[in-house]
Amino acid sequence: MNALLDLFTVLAVGAGVFFFLAGSVALLRFPDSLSRLHALTKADNLGLGLVVLGLIPRAASPLAALKLIVLWALVQLGSATVAQMIGGALRRREAIE
Amino acid sequence: MILFNALDLGLAAIVLGVAAWTIAARRVFKAVVGYVAYGLLLAIVWVRLYAPDVALTEAAIGGGVTGVLLVSASTRLQRLPAPDAPPGAALKIAAALLSALVAGVLAAAVLYLPDPARSLAPEADAHLAATGLGNAVTAVLIAYRSFDTMLEKVVLVLAVAGVWSVAPDRFWGGAPAPLGRAAPDAALVFLARVLAPIGAVIGVQMFWVGADEPGGAFQGGAILAAMWMIVMMARQTEPPRISSGWLRLGLIAGPAVFLLAGLAGPIMASSFFAFPEGFAKPVILFIEAFMVLSIAITLPLLVLGPPNREAGR
Amino acid sequence: MNDVLLAAAGIILFTVGAGLARVLYGPSEVDRMMAVQLLGTGGIAALLLAASATDVAGVENVALGLALLSSFASVAFVSASPVRRASDSGEN
Repeated sequence: MNALLDLFTVLAVGAGVFFFLAGSVALLRFPDSLSRLHALTKADNLGLGLVVLGLIPRAASPLAALKLIVLWALVQLGSATVAQMIGGALRRREAIE
Repeated sequence: MILFNALDLGLAAIVLGVAAWTIAARRVFKAVVGYVAYGLLLAIVWVRLYAPDVALTEAAIGGGVTGVLLVSASTRLQRLPAPDAPPGAALKIAAALLSALVAGVLAAAVLYLPDPARSLAPEADAHLAATGLGNAVTAVLIAYRSFDTMLEKVVLVLAVAGVWSVAPDRFWGGAPAPLGRAAPDAALVFLARVLAPIGAVIGVQMFWVGADEPGGAFQGGAILAAMWMIVMMARQTEPPRISSGWLRLGLIAGPAVFLLAGLAGPIMASSFFAFPEGFAKPVILFIEAFMVLSIAITLPLLVLGPPNREAGR
Repeated sequence: MNDVLLAAAGIILFTVGAGLARVLYGPSEVDRMMAVQLLGTGGIAALLLAASATDVAGVENVALGLALLSSFASVAFVSASPVRRASDSGEN
């Protein structure tokens, strides 16, 4: 059972790291700010979610696992808001250099 | 372990890179973003140095509050006419030399520490049981060096007084300018309504567990301050007038309660700023609660700045 | 197992570094605002992995604080950035 959970952790964390890498590659390669924003907020958040998923079996107690999930939810909330706000500023094209 | 070393080297390289970028940035906004990024990276460095309390404080102050303060200051500065002449080369070289000197002295002090370095940490840990606390950092702040901490809180009050004193006479007693735009983003309003209450609960929890785990009054207060500022940025509430009674009361509550507890020391325990035997933890938490209130009020006031409208409006 | 988690944390920090290089360079101010968001998400992931791999107490608290504070800083940057709008010119 432990080995199975460890395997799950490694797979989930590995997938999370993959998404972080993909997000960074997208950040480096995408042509304009809006797509970079998309890469940052979507791919990185998915990466964080997978990392949290992978760490849940290793949590010290159910309450600690809940804390991890709450943390992920808060990051989702914050980054969704930031994405909307930056997207809005970009769309109105009003950011002055 | 090689893994740790590689991690540390990479982290140090990133930190140095961001710091260099911040100094080289030509525009204020760029430099402030770099500074906030540097603060958040330093928080991770502090965790690697096994100092989670400092990491939290660094993220809160260096990453959050100071960054917002600098950004709003730079936004206001841009509306002023440009200075007559930018700083000359001589000034920049002098500043660079001074900074290099300070950094060199600090590096030498750290590198030439005796090995193992002398430290009071074991003794601090040894007497932890007497205070009833589980977190040595909180014990140092509120029990062993309580007088210093109280004076630091007084300094915060002085800072607010200094910021307020910049206002012109006719604006005294009024409210500072609003923190957010006239028509805030709907997403920001949503964030203020959902995140702020949750964040407030987390801030209080961070203060409460500070007695036994990393956390504490300053960290909890800084998170509460950040939540209040989010609500103000979303224009869900307006900055208070500086003549407001509850504001001033909350501002001084922290150091005042601290001082009163210290003055009660000779009555409750053995001497000035001593805590009663066996009853130390409740007194400490009581003092810390008011400190959280003061910090949560002080930090946003420092960011909001001096009043710029008349008291009547 | 701990080594795997620490290696993952290191890779994530590396991606954060690479991303930082890009967004800090980015042609407009808006790109740079993303730097705080990037650091927040990546930093939290690295911290959680490190917390699980070592046994330093309270690192999850730091991650929680970082989540709240990086959201606050990112939002504050966008809200207070030097953006000019016609409706804003009368406002302070």
